[in-house]
Amino acid sequence: MSERNLVRPYGDQMDDGAVQLSFTLPVEFGPLAREAAKKFCEKLGFYEVTIATMEDLSEGYTFFVVYGKTDVAVDLSSIKVIAPKVQRLPREKIDELVLQKLKRPIVVVGATIGTDAHTIGLDSILNMKGFHGDYGLERYKAFKVYNLGAQVPPIELVKKVREVGADVVLVSQVVTQRNIHIQHLTELMELLYAENLRDKLLVIVGGPRITHELALELGYDAGFGSGTTPSEVANFIVQELLKKRGL
Amino acid sequence: MGRPTIRLDSKLVEYARSLAKKITDDVQKIIDEHSTVSTERATLRLLGVDGVVGEDRIPLVNVVLDKLKEWNMLDQGAFKPVVNAAIVLDKDVQQICEAIADGLDLRTLPQPKRQVYETFSKKLVEEALARIKRKSEERDALLQQLGDPPKPYKYLIVATGNIYEDVVQARAAVFQGADIIAVIRSTAQSLLDYVPYGATTEGYGGTYATQENFRIMRQALDEAARKVGRYIRQVNYASGLCMPEIAVMAALEGLDILLNDAMYGILFRDINMLRTFTDQYISRLICAYANITINTGEDNYLTTADAIEKAHTVTASQLINEQFALKAGLKPQLMGLGHAFEINPNVEDSLLYEIAHAMLSRELFPDCPVKYMPPTRYMTGNIFKGYAMNTLFNLVSSMTGQSIQLLGILTEAIHTPYMHDRYLALVNANYVFSAARHLGDEILFKPDGFIEKRANEVLRKAVELLEHISDVGLFSAIEQGIFADIKRSREGGKGLEGVFKKSEAYENPIRSALEHELGVRR
Repeated sequence: MSERNLVRPYGDQMDDGAVQLSFTLPVEFGPLAREAAKKFCEKLGFYEVTIATMEDLSEGYTFFVVYGKTDVAVDLSSIKVIAPKVQRLPREKIDELVLQKLKRPIVVVGATIGTDAHTIGLDSILNMKGFHGDYGLERYKAFKVYNLGAQVPPIELVKKVREVGADVVLVSQVVTQRNIHIQHLTELMELLYAENLRDKLLVIVGGPRITHELALELGYDAGFGSGTTPSEVANFIVQELLKKRGL
Repeated sequence: MGRPTIRLDSKLVEYARSLAKKITDDVQKIIDEHSTVSTERATLRLLGVDGVVGEDRIPLVNVVLDKLKEWNMLDQGAFKPVVNAAIVLDKDVQQICEAIADGLDLRTLPQPKRQVYETFSKKLVEEALARIKRKSEERDALLQQLGDPPKPYKYLIVATGNIYEDVVQARAAVFQGADIIAVIRSTAQSLLDYVPYGATTEGYGGTYATQENFRIMRQALDEAARKVGRYIRQVNYASGLCMPEIAVMAALEGLDILLNDAMYGILFRDINMLRTFTDQYISRLICAYANITINTGEDNYLTTADAIEKAHTVTASQLINEQFALKAGLKPQLMGLGHAFEINPNVEDSLLYEIAHAMLSRELFPDCPVKYMPPTRYMTGNIFKGYAMNTLFNLVSSMTGQSIQLLGILTEAIHTPYMHDRYLALVNANYVFSAARHLGDEILFKPDGFIEKRANEVLRKAVELLEHISDVGLFSAIEQGIFADIKRSREGGKGLEGVFKKSEAYENPIRSALEHELGVRR
C-alpha cells in the first residue's frame, strides 16, 4: 500500500493539479464570453485558469479549451470500490466463451408485453444495429434471438419460451400508465412459476422506469434502465447464465 | 478538382453489371406483381390527402387504407375507389377521405362512366406530378442562384429530438461550414407503419420525420443558405416501412437527399423482403422524378463484418443498388452509393486498403455522387485518437474524389454530437480539404501496385458473390445470410401483411405516369 493517499491530477509535476477542460457556453463570442468561461472554471474550483482557445460557434455560442489547476484531492483510503458484478468483455470474447462452454448459442426470447406498443428499447437491445454504436444481440454468434415485438400477451410469451427452449427472457416496458407495467411484469412472473419455467430461466426487464432494485423486488434477475447498451445486457446474460448452468 | 484513376479489368466490370442486372430483373418481376399499403398511402398523399383523425392522431391515409382492406377493395389499389367516389359525389379527394373516416362506405356507391373517370384521373395525375416538378424546379433555381459548394460536400447530422432545437444546431453547423444537414430519425421510426404528423419536440435518439418537420428545417436551411451564400442540402430517411410516403413528403417539401437502400431494411431492421423491394421501387420512382439523390447504406455491412474480408459485399451491393435504381429511372447523378472507412486502424497499411476500396467505388461508379462514411466501429472513448482517424478519413476522401462526406465526429462512441463536436469535425474537414485540394490531380497510382491489385481483387470477389446470388436468386441469397452475415427469411420480418398481390382490376395511374415520364415503362 502506497503511503500517499491524497491524489491530485498530474500534468508534469506531482500535485500540480493540472486539468484540461473543453465546453461550450451559450454566450456570443467576445470578451464577455471569455470572462464568463474563466469565472465558470473558477467556480468549479480551478485557479491559474488559462483559456487556451475560444472559438466562435455562431448563433451566440462559444467553444472553449481551458487549462486550470486545482487543490482538490481525493483520499484513496476513503474509497470503497463496489466490485462490478459484470465484467465487460468484447463481443468476440463473449461469442467464444459461449460456444466453448455452452457449445450452442444462448436462446433469447424478447417482447414488449401487455398494452405497450413501444419496441424502441427492445429493438435497440436485440436488433443487429443496436444502440449508440453498440451492436444488438442479433449480431452475436452467442445468441439466438426471437424478437416477438410489441403487445405480446404474457401467455404467448410463455408459450414461445417453451417452444424454442429459451434460456433467457427479455421484456421491455416503455410507456405505462398508473404503474400498469408492474401488473404486467407480475403477471408474467406468476405465469413462469405456474408453468414451472422460472428456475431454468434468466428473466430480465428493461425500460425507462425500470431500476435494478425494482426488478429484483418483482422477482426478476435484473433490471436495466434508459441508456443501457446491448453489450451490457449481453455481458450480464452470458456471465449470469454460465454461472447458473454451473459452467 | 480532378481525381486519380486506377485500372480495373473492364471485362470483369461489364460482367459484374450484367450479373447484377439479371439478379434485379428477377426481383423486379415479383415487385411488379405487388403493391403495398405504404405505396397506396403514398399515392393518396400525392393526390393531396393529408391530416390526422381522432384523438390518436392516426394519419387519414392510414384510416382510408384500413377501410379499403376491410372492404376487400385493396387489391385494386387505393386510387380508383377513392377517385370514383370523388366523381360520383362531386367532392375532392381529401373530402372523400375525410368522409370515409366519418363513415362513408365506398361499397354502396355507383361507378362513374369509364371515360369520365379517365379524364378526371388524368387531371389529378397531372396536378400531382406538376406539384413535384414545381418544387424541384424551385430547388434548382435556388441552387443556381446560391451556387454549389465544392465536393466533397460536408455532411453533418443533428439529432436532438426537438425540431426547433435541431434548427439551432443545423444553422450553427451551416455557419461553420456544413453543406448538408441530415436530421436523424427517432429510434425505431423505421418500424412504424405510418408517418407521424406535425411538428415534434420529443424523440428518442433523433427527431421524427414528419412533413411539418421537413418544412420547418427546409425553411431554416434556406434562410441560412442565403446568409452564407451557398446552397445547403437537406437529408432525411426514406427507409423502413414507409419508404414511398417519406419520398412523397420529401418531394413535396423540397428535400435534396434521402437515405434509401434496396436491402438495408431487410437486413438491419428485419423488415420483410418483399415489402422492402416493392417499397424501394416506388420510393425511387418518386426520387427520380423529384430529382432527389438517394444514399444507399453499404457502409452498414462494414459495421457488422470485417472491412477487409467483406469489402466485396459492399461492391456487390452497390452494383445491385445501382441496377434497382436504374429500373426506377434514377440517373447515376442521383445515385449516392455508399461505402465506409471502417478498417481496423491497428492493421498495418490500413490506409492503403482504404485508398484501394475508395478508388474502386470511384472507378466503378464515376458519375455517382458516392457517399463516404466515417469510422465508427473502431472509435473509442479516446476522442484524440478518433480525431486522428477522422483526419485520415478526410484525406482519403479528398484525394480519391468522393462526393458526399459524412463527417466523422470525435465523440462517435460516446454520445450524439454536442455542438462543438460538430464544429471540431468541420475544422478538421475544412483544413484537410483545403490543404489537399489538388492532391488528387497529382497522384498516379503505381501500375499493378498494391492499390490497383487490391481493387481488382475486391471486384473479383464481388463477381464471385454475384454469380452465386444470380444462381440462387436474391431472396434465397438473403436467406443464406450473404450480406452482413445476417439471415432473413422470405416470409419473416415486419410488414409482410402490408404487401398484396395486384388484381386484374389494379390501377395506379400516378405510378404509371411516373414510369412513363421516366422512361421505365415495362
